[in-house]
Amino acid sequence: MRMSHSALALVRGALTGHTGWPRTWDSPLPRDRYKVIVVGAGGHGLATAYYLGRNHGITDVAVLEKGWLGGGNTGRNTTIIRSNYLQDASSAIYEKSRALYEGLSQELNYNVMFSPRGVMMLAQTEHEVRGYLRTARANYLQGVETRFITPEEVQKRVPIIRLDGPRYPVLGALWQPRAGTARHDAVAWGYARACSAMGMHILENCEVTGVRSDAGRVSGVETTRGAIGCERLAIVVAGHSGRLAQMAGFRLPVESVTLQALVSEPVKPCMDVVVMANTVHGYLSQSDKGEMVIGGGADGFNNFTQRGSWHHIEETVRALVETFPMLSRLKMLRQWGGVVDMTGDRSPILSPTPLGGCYINCGWGTGGFKAIPGSGWAMAEMVANEAPGPLAAPFGLERFREGRFIDESVAAGVAH
Amino acid sequence: MSAHRLETGGRLIDRTRRVRFTFDDAPLRGQAGDTLASALLAEGRMLQGRSFKYHRPRGPVTADSAEPNALMGLDTGARAEPNVRATSVQLSEGMVVHSQNRWPSLAFDVGRIADRLARVLPAGFYYKTFLWPRPFWKHVYEPLIRRAAGLGRAPEGVDPDRYEQLHAFADVVVAGGGVAGLAAAWAAAQGGARVIVLEETGHWGGRAVVDGLVIDGHPAEAWVTATVAALEGLANVTLRTNTSLTAVHDHGYVLADEWPQDAGAGIAAPRQRLWRIRAGRVIAANGAIERPLAFAGNDVPGVMLASAVRDYAVNYGVAVGRRVVVVTNNDDAYRTALALREAGVEVAAVVDARDTLPGPLAQQVRAHGIPIHDGSAIEAVQGDIGVTGVTLCRHSGNGACVSAQIACDAVAMSGGWSPAVHLWSHAGGKVVWDADGAMFRPDPAQGPTGHDGAVFVIPAGAAAGALWGPQALADAHAAGLRAAAETGHPGHTPAPVAEAPEERAILPVWTMPEGAGPRLKSRMFLDFQNDVKVTDVELAAREGFESVEHAKRYTTLGMATDQGKLSNINGLAVLAAARGAGIAETGTTTFRPPWTPLTLGAIAAEARGELFQAVRETPMHAWHAAHGARWEPVGQWRRPHAYVRPGETPAKAVNREVLNTRQTVGVLDASTLGKILVRGPDAGRFLDMLYTGTMSTLAVGRCRYGVMCTENGFVFDDGVVARIDATTWLCHTTTGGAEAVHGWMEDWLQCEWWDWKVHVIDLTEQLAQIAVAGPNARRVLQKLGGMDLSADALGHMRWAAGRLGDFDARVLRVSFSGELGFEVAVPASQGPALWDRLMAAGAEWGIMPYGTEALHVMRAEKGFIMVGDETDGTVTPGDLGLPTGAKKADFLGKRGLERSHLRDPERWRLVGLETLTGSVLPHGAYSVTGGYTDTYQRETDGRVTSSYYSPTLGRGIALGLVRRGPERMGEVLTFPVGAASQMKARIVDPVFFDPQGGRLDG
Repeated sequence: MRMSHSALALVRGALTGHTGWPRTWDSPLPRDRYKVIVVGAGGHGLATAYYLGRNHGITDVAVLEKGWLGGGNTGRNTTIIRSNYLQDASSAIYEKSRALYEGLSQELNYNVMFSPRGVMMLAQTEHEVRGYLRTARANYLQGVETRFITPEEVQKRVPIIRLDGPRYPVLGALWQPRAGTARHDAVAWGYARACSAMGMHILENCEVTGVRSDAGRVSGVETTRGAIGCERLAIVVAGHSGRLAQMAGFRLPVESVTLQALVSEPVKPCMDVVVMANTVHGYLSQSDKGEMVIGGGADGFNNFTQRGSWHHIEETVRALVETFPMLSRLKMLRQWGGVVDMTGDRSPILSPTPLGGCYINCGWGTGGFKAIPGSGWAMAEMVANEAPGPLAAPFGLERFREGRFIDESVAAGVAH
Repeated sequence: MSAHRLETGGRLIDRTRRVRFTFDDAPLRGQAGDTLASALLAEGRMLQGRSFKYHRPRGPVTADSAEPNALMGLDTGARAEPNVRATSVQLSEGMVVHSQNRWPSLAFDVGRIADRLARVLPAGFYYKTFLWPRPFWKHVYEPLIRRAAGLGRAPEGVDPDRYEQLHAFADVVVAGGGVAGLAAAWAAAQGGARVIVLEETGHWGGRAVVDGLVIDGHPAEAWVTATVAALEGLANVTLRTNTSLTAVHDHGYVLADEWPQDAGAGIAAPRQRLWRIRAGRVIAANGAIERPLAFAGNDVPGVMLASAVRDYAVNYGVAVGRRVVVVTNNDDAYRTALALREAGVEVAAVVDARDTLPGPLAQQVRAHGIPIHDGSAIEAVQGDIGVTGVTLCRHSGNGACVSAQIACDAVAMSGGWSPAVHLWSHAGGKVVWDADGAMFRPDPAQGPTGHDGAVFVIPAGAAAGALWGPQALADAHAAGLRAAAETGHPGHTPAPVAEAPEERAILPVWTMPEGAGPRLKSRMFLDFQNDVKVTDVELAAREGFESVEHAKRYTTLGMATDQGKLSNINGLAVLAAARGAGIAETGTTTFRPPWTPLTLGAIAAEARGELFQAVRETPMHAWHAAHGARWEPVGQWRRPHAYVRPGETPAKAVNREVLNTRQTVGVLDASTLGKILVRGPDAGRFLDMLYTGTMSTLAVGRCRYGVMCTENGFVFDDGVVARIDATTWLCHTTTGGAEAVHGWMEDWLQCEWWDWKVHVIDLTEQLAQIAVAGPNARRVLQKLGGMDLSADALGHMRWAAGRLGDFDARVLRVSFSGELGFEVAVPASQGPALWDRLMAAGAEWGIMPYGTEALHVMRAEKGFIMVGDETDGTVTPGDLGLPTGAKKADFLGKRGLERSHLRDPERWRLVGLETLTGSVLPHGAYSVTGGYTDTYQRETDGRVTSSYYSPTLGRGIALGLVRRGPERMGEVLTFPVGAASQMKARIVDPVFFDPQGGRLDG
């Protein structure tokens, strides 16, 4: 059952003490078999399921989650959405994603609070200036709206920034006006609600412990809630991709490391855009709640603890205090980490696998949140047609064998 | 004395010293030793804040760092500090304090309208509305929400204060200076272990002093004084007050946050100190947190934790009310009734949810004639901006039947105590539900483990779940002995013995009354700051947000600045009830650092301004600065981009420098180039692996250009290698790549080829290196005298060492400009003298320095690549026309280069580009084919990698990478450069100037 969301519905709810609201997504018992099983009820897995139903009419779908829905990186990131990537393959899928985000609240009837407040990436060396000039030109040809802005415009849009730091003066910025942020949890919940409304099964606390196959083709999975059969399997589990791949009998070129983030205590609005400073390694935005949301660096070693090294927090905070001096007297409220899956070229994998009927979507590394709708769209297309479409095609596993990398670190920026 | 200041009590205040401060511009007075909250309470100001969502009026609920309500802004401008907990900040003379999150005033806040609309604004309401019309979210709804949200005002400008970071090493760090912490420290120190004791507040002893514990026959206060004195007498013990252990990281790396109290006393102490401590064992003796009770109106100013009410009376001599009702489910709150009674404050009643027979504490209360309402609950609190009374009902019922009404102006509530498990949990320790004690306590079987697999956090006292004083002390003593033994310093000392009245069992109470309906529940607050009510958590459960993490995120329970210290346990108990599940299986959210919010300035500390990152300067830096250098940061270096003369534009300066070098002679400070010495019997073999070319065959005295690839086969650095002697090579790298190349070499030597006999040293900063280039370069050098630098003695790509004038120099005959060129290396200390000598010697030929930009122009004129311009991590040596195919032997990148995509004939390769008009192509421009990709992007087939105006040729020149470029000489490419304009450029040879290389010989 689904109740349409609107202001009127809230008023109606108030009259009954809000006792009439149904579950956001149902909690059914697993069936014996589904046409498609998606492993991982994070944003990417749920979006995959959603677009399987919406675009391809496949609703005999179960989404399996070992813990709680949206509990991985979907709920741990700094919510930045942008598509100002250098390489064509990247900008295509990220721009598709950004465009889908623009209408997502209305499409899902669930306010994911996509806020196109604009993202700027500061250029603080001549090298970075050249890199962003190049990116702006590439973006123009890719149909992504970006431009290089002057330090004066940076200051106007970000009053709290210090342009002439003693170390790395701000020489300009790559500005994407239609980029922004969204409420991360709501993206997962909104997709889950829509999937559930289409009759798909979302099975939480259902950990996959094995992959079954028959004559080189997937036939089902074993889980902590019993064996479940399927015709096609989509593995969408980010940091745990290596383990799932092992169960399915193949290896992946990914490493899992901890990436950290932190927020300050909430303050009244002081910065309305997202700023990324890659020379000094730090990025910053202010949530609607008023918290300054800060992204840190990734650890250099493999780790599944969801706790990172303190020195990365220090490095990030130093960089940001230097760039935004008023931060100095704010306080860090929370810090946390997520396990991100990094590939060699820091670009994702959307690919068929050596196991027939089994598809994998992983390797989003430090930049997965922004890609959720586009990734789900492309993954659904691949699973439905049993072949990658144009968005997914460049991200196949074979690229590592061929050396056909999609390397975004080549731009002055870092890959998140 | 003010109306609420008691005649007696106040062990922490100095009644003889007044302190003046302002609150919302009203001049007020407190006493030395007051917290901001106690001073305001003494002045009768119970209303101290507004809540986050509904802007409800709020007073303090605690007397410590768990405070969610009494948040204030201190100071203004660059020293402004938002969201300060009034309950834990010491009052100081002249303090300027503002209330927050209200407009126009604290007493009258327009934002309160949200409270009136609370029924339509339940948890998560924003997910269900603000959907249409679509542009309204960005332009209307979100700006409105943002303005209403946030708490304090952000500071403005550069923080004028200083922060410090210190390192310390300890066998045992004790968090908490209450009696448990002190007992643990004393026990731990007996065997000589290095012990650091950290106390968050400015005084020792914690709750026991207020609660009247008797230790070894003495009142707690006397025992504390004696124990602190004894600890101070031990050389192996360090005691610090105003310092909280704020984070426990893996392997015993802990952070402690100190607020030095001597700031402003003549010596400029830092505002804060962040201690980074390596601890063998951490004893978490940081106590327990009292839980509020969820009854209707439990957020009205004047409803406070029972422990806080007695803290204010005993520690600060402040009566929070004149007629107080105590409401509880446990015996501890009876101490509040007794403390108030002793301070002369009327206790109207004790309301106890339990039906059981009274214990010793209750008997004392009854003996004072204070009525006790057994089995009762507060049905509701009356009052809006202050308590005016309470109505009582049976706890076991639904509250429909009011049994009594009591007039009062404050309510002291206690829902029991939760061990502060935060420090146990930061690094992964798990907790277990103790149903008898109605609390989560550390699970000894699942502690955080260190590098050796042993548990390194030892909870002690109340933090371990030993809530009763005598038990807490015994537990802490054992914890101290254990920590000492585990760190190799076993010792012995008798355990202190404490006495306290017996306490009856707690009755878990999660809503009051137990069967309350929606009318009451919608007024029961769980998270005070974020305005999360019992009905909100129930709504979350109803909507399927059953996981404790979902409920937290959906309702924002526990996400306020108190990090859920007061709300977490109550909230998850309500959630468990709504799910029909047990508390144990519902579980907790993750307890993450920091314990209390940590100032970002303290994390950044001294790494600000000039100390933010090292600035590397060459020996000739001062000369450059004095001669108009416009700086360019390259890595941590600053290099002169150009030497701009008065009245000159930077572009004109670059042109002048290029022409002068081409026409006569120029000098460049090349000291920043990486200079890595590689030596050893296996050095040649090693360099053959590193470079795509062969270095082992290089003759002594000769130089060779080399390119390094990543394992994937992409160029990552280049430079000239000189063979110094049989076993020594000097490798030049790019300026920005020196550290990476050095690290790369060490990585291979240490991890893969550890048995190769090679030694690598980075000499970059040992040497000053000056490039002298131009037709007159040799003449300038020869004027210095000494070495024979003639073409016969020192041919191109050779080097020689000797005396050049007064200098011991190594001279390399290399050229990056295409002109006759030398690079002279001398010890760094000699650099400025050599530079001066060259400038003087070259004066007659019009010598001028040139900067990095002129260097770039000249190398582009010659078609030389620049790592970082022509390469970007995706470019192979073959793409750049640097052959590698001939090398049979293995090298790093060889296998990568064999992959199909890297051998694809369609790859983009290096060419020159010339516009048809002679104008300069924009940097980074792409050429288009006219077609489109599968994803509807315009198809490209080349890009500009370097583009300059060539003053030598008088027109624009560019290098670029173009699909099958060298096979397409003469073709014209189209470069879109704006919405409606494009430029056309012809593919030409990348060497624009002196293709025969005749100028190399001058």
